[in-house]
Amino acid sequence: MRLKLSVNGEDVAADDVWPGESLLYMLRERLGFPGAKNACEQGECGSCTVYLDDTAVCSCLVAAPQAAGRRVRTVEGLAAGLPDEELSAIQAAFVEAGAVQCGFCTPGLLVSATDLLRRNPQPSDVEVREALAGNLCRCTGYEKILDAVRLAATRRNP
Amino acid sequence: MRTPVRGPESLTQGLRGGVGDSPVRPDARLKVRGEFAYSSDLWMENMLWGTTLRSPHPYARIRGIDISAALTLPGVRCVLTADDVPGSKMYGNDKRDQPVLAMDVVRYQGEPVALIAADHPETGRRAAALVDVDYEVLQPLTDPERAIHDDSAPRLHSGGNVVRHQPVVVGDADAAVAEVVVSGEYTVGMQDQAFLGPESGLAVPAEDGGVDLYVASQWLHNDLWQVAPCLDLPESKVRLTQSGVGGAFGGREDLSVQIHACMLALHTGRPVKMMYHRQESFFGHVHRHPAVMRYEHGADRDGRIVYVKAEIILDGGAYASTTPAVVGNAASLGIGPYEVPNVAIDAWGVYTNNPPCGAMRGFGAVQTCFAYESQMDKLAAAVGISPAEVRRRNAVAQGSRLATGQVLDSPAPLAEMLTRLEAIPLPEAPQGDRDLRDLPGGVANTTHGEGVRRGIGFGVGIKNICFSEGFDDYSTARIRLEVIGGEPVALVHTAGIEVGQGLVTLQAQIARTELGVERVTIVPADTAVGSAGSSSASRQSYMTGGAVRAACIEVRGVIAGRLGVAPVDLRLTGGKAVSAAGGVLGALVDVLGGDAIEVTREFRHRPTAPMDPLSGRGDSHTQLALCVHRAVVDVDVELGLVKVVDLSAVQDVGKILNRLSLEGQIQGGTAQGLGLAVMEEILVSEGKVRNPSFTDYLIPTILDMPPMRMEILEYPDPNAPYGLRGAGEPPTLSSTPAIVAAIRDATGRALPRVPVRPEHIVGD
Repeated sequence: MRLKLSVNGEDVAADDVWPGESLLYMLRERLGFPGAKNACEQGECGSCTVYLDDTAVCSCLVAAPQAAGRRVRTVEGLAAGLPDEELSAIQAAFVEAGAVQCGFCTPGLLVSATDLLRRNPQPSDVEVREALAGNLCRCTGYEKILDAVRLAATRRNP
Repeated sequence: MRTPVRGPESLTQGLRGGVGDSPVRPDARLKVRGEFAYSSDLWMENMLWGTTLRSPHPYARIRGIDISAALTLPGVRCVLTADDVPGSKMYGNDKRDQPVLAMDVVRYQGEPVALIAADHPETGRRAAALVDVDYEVLQPLTDPERAIHDDSAPRLHSGGNVVRHQPVVVGDADAAVAEVVVSGEYTVGMQDQAFLGPESGLAVPAEDGGVDLYVASQWLHNDLWQVAPCLDLPESKVRLTQSGVGGAFGGREDLSVQIHACMLALHTGRPVKMMYHRQESFFGHVHRHPAVMRYEHGADRDGRIVYVKAEIILDGGAYASTTPAVVGNAASLGIGPYEVPNVAIDAWGVYTNNPPCGAMRGFGAVQTCFAYESQMDKLAAAVGISPAEVRRRNAVAQGSRLATGQVLDSPAPLAEMLTRLEAIPLPEAPQGDRDLRDLPGGVANTTHGEGVRRGIGFGVGIKNICFSEGFDDYSTARIRLEVIGGEPVALVHTAGIEVGQGLVTLQAQIARTELGVERVTIVPADTAVGSAGSSSASRQSYMTGGAVRAACIEVRGVIAGRLGVAPVDLRLTGGKAVSAAGGVLGALVDVLGGDAIEVTREFRHRPTAPMDPLSGRGDSHTQLALCVHRAVVDVDVELGLVKVVDLSAVQDVGKILNRLSLEGQIQGGTAQGLGLAVMEEILVSEGKVRNPSFTDYLIPTILDMPPMRMEILEYPDPNAPYGLRGAGEPPTLSSTPAIVAAIRDATGRALPRVPVRPEHIVGD
């Protein structure tokens, strides 16, 4: 089937989509947005987190046809609206705080953290932990991810 | 040559940040923008998808394979079996005991049997279901002790079921007289690396009849040495390029998609991408060896150890992988960082029909650490002294001998580390109403604090750094210094694998420090340059760092020659050549002119010796590293739920090369140790894995990790580049026993097994 949707503000279409494909597969393999990651494809790790309209979802759990006609925002679109080469406050904080090691969890964590700070601009540590509990990271032990979210919360433009 | 879209690319950064600084990672920007090319992101026009058909049985004879139905499915391009392997049918990391595709027998559940190339991954999966394999199911051998001792057990390989038996003997442990004796049997479950980026790669057939393989590996050359003979190609026609790695932790030391993807690409003449999904990943890489360990410690009334006897049994599963080296570590480090005059260790690694086990962070030193540290706590209780004190009384120091007879010839400040650890403030005792999220069970609302007990525990670990036991361990670096755009630029080319630990950052730091430049380009790791060895054994700062440094020093020598000064009198700093006296000899741009300097150097650490097969004696390690942990836990003793409240660590790293990366290693390693302590285990029954998913195999979340405090010591090792000491693995050792000791302290339970489950805390 042919699907039309908006990804990071751009109207896109995918042809020959098999109805069993996930939104994650369609983004990565058909639409050229490999930023969302495929770590578990079972909704457990959060690496594939994207915005579907205004809700952060695991894109591996959304059937591709469910995204038809809707707005998707991926990690590639987090700095949208900023001058070229500029990072969003959360992206910059992840870089500076050492929250990125292998980086495979990073795209999902960035979307989840963006969503957290949009809902709660000054979260407590325990609120950060609760909000990010659905995003697995195997490298960092999470301490520097906490540092990054704290740092981003002190800045504007989450 | 055709190259993939979203393939590996060079990383260039112009900034300050030499050895000792914490510059921003050169790949961080790409990673936070979702633009970093992981091996699962590789893509090429016209590519096919490879699928692996795996055995559902842990042990079976293959009577026949019928691929005809699979071949008729539209979209299927080929189906390959063992008969189609062009060259050697066998490969292996240490012993070549593993078939590329199963031939007459399968020895573990998940063993690859056939390969499919198809237009869509789902087509490949459906084709795999149509391959008809006629199995004669056999009774699997799943008990490692039977594998050693029972002659009636099936012989899984022609050499028998023992992969390696390594004794370590010091003095006479049987004759030694001890006033206090403590003993125990300890068990460690099978842990998984659980890296997030699935095994994946893209093989591209080349016009010269060879193949270009883009893959996430830990050691490209070791892959090459195994892949080329199986493809019946010379090594020059198999070119490997590293692609982005989503974590490794030992799980990428063995081959996964490498040979298979190349076979499919060469057979179809088209690029073939292979990418495991999570369930397949659990079958697609080796795990940490589960272990059964029986220990007896004898000591005097003051708690000074007189003897240690230990039997260590490591289940290697169906194929050898790195089991021989894992056994070597378990044996040589089996008493821990303690002085013991009489030792009798028997360490075994065996074949069974359980999942193959091999490398995981800590590599043979994790399992024994849980056992010997549990014993130290028993000893402390038996003689009535504190856990920290019993460890201090027996602690090694510089000049001590390991059980192998090897003398620790560089700093080993264990006693000081324990004292510093004790001095780190404890978290305050909980008072009043507590936030549910801070309690065991969390928002599940299982307690409001009633039944919750606090406990404190200590753990100490010792890990060898770099390859041991006489292995010819080296790394290679190519450095090119030239003027680009009016600025001196250093290009660093190694096959050293960035797995997330920050090797790309460190290579650039070293080039800046040694060559006095700001702009450094790190080119993708590949087999066009010499081997860098594996990104394992905490060795890359030492080895590839050492190689980059050595090559840079040689570049400096060339510059000294051009300037007519002695190399020792030349420093490069701020883009200038400066004499020892501080006088500027010239700008680097002018010295170089249009004439680039290019140097390739190999770097080796001090040689090591094999262990004597009967006594275990030998200077088998080149460097050893220590870490100590203190854990504080709250345990709901009614429900058996554990919340780790606080973790503190002290580690000696010789020299801090990059504090930010180093802290990340200590925190991340500690988290994996926490996982082993309280949640992580691949459950295997009758050779079958029961929980191959992140739904059922749990790793720590951000809610499970407590705040961490750490103190990092810098006692330089005079033998190592910059005095550094490898740092990635030691924290993974000591956090597990510290957490379990804290749970014992809270509950009074013996807890001889990890991971500790609720039923171990509340059961009979």
